[in-house]
Amino acid sequence: MQKFKTIKSIPAYLPIVNIDTDMIIPKQFLKTIKRTGLGKNLFYEMRYNEKGEPIEDFILNTSPFNNSEILIAGKNFGCGSSREHAPWALLDFGITCVVSSSYADIFYNNCFKNGILPIVLPEAKIKELSEYSKRKEEIIVNLEEQKITFGNNEIDFEIDQFKKKCLLEGLDDIALSLEKNPKITEFEKKLSSNRPWIFND
Amino acid sequence: MPKTLYDKIWDDHLVHAQEDGTSLLYVDRHLVHEVTSPQAFEGLRNSNRKVRKPNLTLAVADHNVPTSDRSKGISDEESKLQVETLEKNCEEFGIKLFGMDDKRQGIVHIIGPEQGFTQPGSIIVCGDSHTATHGAFGSLAFGIGTSEVEHVLATQTLVQKKSKNFRIKVDGKLSIGVTSKDVILQIIGKIGTAGGTGYVIEYAGSLISSLSVEQRMTICNMTIEGGARAGLIEPDQKIFDYLKGRPMAPKKENWDKALDYWSKLKSDNDASFDKEVTLDGKDIMPMVTWGTSPQDVISIDGRIPNPDNEADEDRKNSIERSLKYMGLKPGTAIKDVKIDKVFIGSCTNGRIEDLRDAAKIIKNKKIAQHVYAMVVPGSGLVKQQAEQEGLDKVFKESGFDWREPGCSMCLAMNADKLKPEERCASTSNRNFEGRQGRGGRTHLVSPGMAAAAAISGSLDDVRKYQN
Ligand code: SF4
Repeated sequence: MQKFKTIKSIPAYLPIVNIDTDMIIPKQFLKTIKRTGLGKNLFYEMRYNEKGEPIEDFILNTSPFNNSEILIAGKNFGCGSSREHAPWALLDFGITCVVSSSYADIFYNNCFKNGILPIVLPEAKIKELSEYSKRKEEIIVNLEEQKITFGNNEIDFEIDQFKKKCLLEGLDDIALSLEKNPKITEFEKKLSSNRPWIFND
Repeated sequence: MPKTLYDKIWDDHLVHAQEDGTSLLYVDRHLVHEVTSPQAFEGLRNSNRKVRKPNLTLAVADHNVPTSDRSKGISDEESKLQVETLEKNCEEFGIKLFGMDDKRQGIVHIIGPEQGFTQPGSIIVCGDSHTATHGAFGSLAFGIGTSEVEHVLATQTLVQKKSKNFRIKVDGKLSIGVTSKDVILQIIGKIGTAGGTGYVIEYAGSLISSLSVEQRMTICNMTIEGGARAGLIEPDQKIFDYLKGRPMAPKKENWDKALDYWSKLKSDNDASFDKEVTLDGKDIMPMVTWGTSPQDVISIDGRIPNPDNEADEDRKNSIERSLKYMGLKPGTAIKDVKIDKVFIGSCTNGRIEDLRDAAKIIKNKKIAQHVYAMVVPGSGLVKQQAEQEGLDKVFKESGFDWREPGCSMCLAMNADKLKPEERCASTSNRNFEGRQGRGGRTHLVSPGMAAAAAISGSLDDVRKYQN
């Protein structure tokens, strides 16, 4: 996984609540067996018309937002299906940071597995930040210091320290868990005597 | 300290806990389907890792499979590749797979319980948000992403942080024509699509325990639509009877041991919950969704809401957006809304009892002339059972199409989909924009309500057709 570096970018603002993962990446693109290449289909049904032509006024189709690395969106972002294709599509498009007042749990977790930082901020702060999108001004997201800098202002954000460490160091979850192999083996031993039916299938 | 059922299952699966609460949990049962697994297997291959416990995983192709004649295979090249990739991966890593021509093939959340793979007190995961379904058996079951699928395959564990406890109590009795689908729709309407975010829900109360095993699955299935990753119900004799003798259920002395363990799975009387909501059965009506989120729900006697009555700006905008997408006007009686299609199926309502419910309404009647209606049984075994009971004939005689099992128009990944602006009464679980096909308009209902809509040609009250 890529290490998370400080981002400086003009954020794209999508003022819609309950953006579900079907919206982020519709099912016709879930037939892939790869993780990459989904960026062009991100927000497909909002971004392209029925003939597959780009809808001109959709924010991610317009400059400079077609190069945004930060997406600001309405609450409960990423609800619905567990498809990890949603963060893959965001990442492939170039978005490595999402800002919202809340997320659905599965999507939130999926972000961290792919080097994307989902930031939670109160609604009022979101409104403030979205002004920078409208004015096409850059903001800076610094994970190390848990700070967003915009103009002369700063906002601090909260994040789970372990998740932060994994993002900053680009740690591989599986490798970390495999280090606990002796504990897993010990657990399995106990399991086969306490709940033997689990292995008996 | 008194514990909830969720606390107990958590504790019994704890392999390791860090100081900050990040925990490694043992996974007892892992279900895999073709859409969310290819990249996970690819990841294993790239890093030279093996599957730790292949026989704790069960795989099936369901999302992409055609529900028409299967003898010619899959015509869509990408779908075909995905299904074949699953077959190859299962063979390479030694995982049991129900192939497309296996009688036991079906929707992943239907076949788990059917085979007895789903068991009380276990942790069950799948790369699919409706894994919550299995919570009906008193297991902790939740959806995971593809990276986590890879993690489970490699380590048989998952890294988690504990959720909070949320209890939803439903007491009383269901009125005639009202089903567990209406109960869960009403719950989601009440708590909202994010009401359960960060929680595990335990459904309790006399109405919940009066439900059959399959009805309980419908409730737990839609837990994710209320934002909670998992919803569970204390297991009881009905669950044990349902599981006994199923192919993958414990046998002989293991059955006795399992039963002993399962019987103790309940929240302590004085356990405390971080959040509680109570509903009374007599207030629950047949429900239908009008918008593009499962929380946009009203009773069948209701009218489409008016965004102008909303104080909250976000809510107002989202109602306006939904109504525009759905092609509906505020104030319209929902019963006056004409439909084009009816879909009966999915992991929410594609089991035998659901088909019986719908068949009872449809029997000796014809569907409206302008309506296309389909039944997609949840699995090959559900289909077989229904045919033994003659339900296929009842449906076909009334004008329904009788299909092969799979996810079908629940998410429209195969050829079954709505055309733009087509309106559908659907027994599935999501009415998101484009879910059943680009521009398609979905109204979520129970199987009986779907049958009533098919006959009337518009959304209608199932109680009208109750004998
Ligand atoms: S039936 Fe629908 S909700 Fe259920 S697993 Fe299939 S696609 Fe998902």
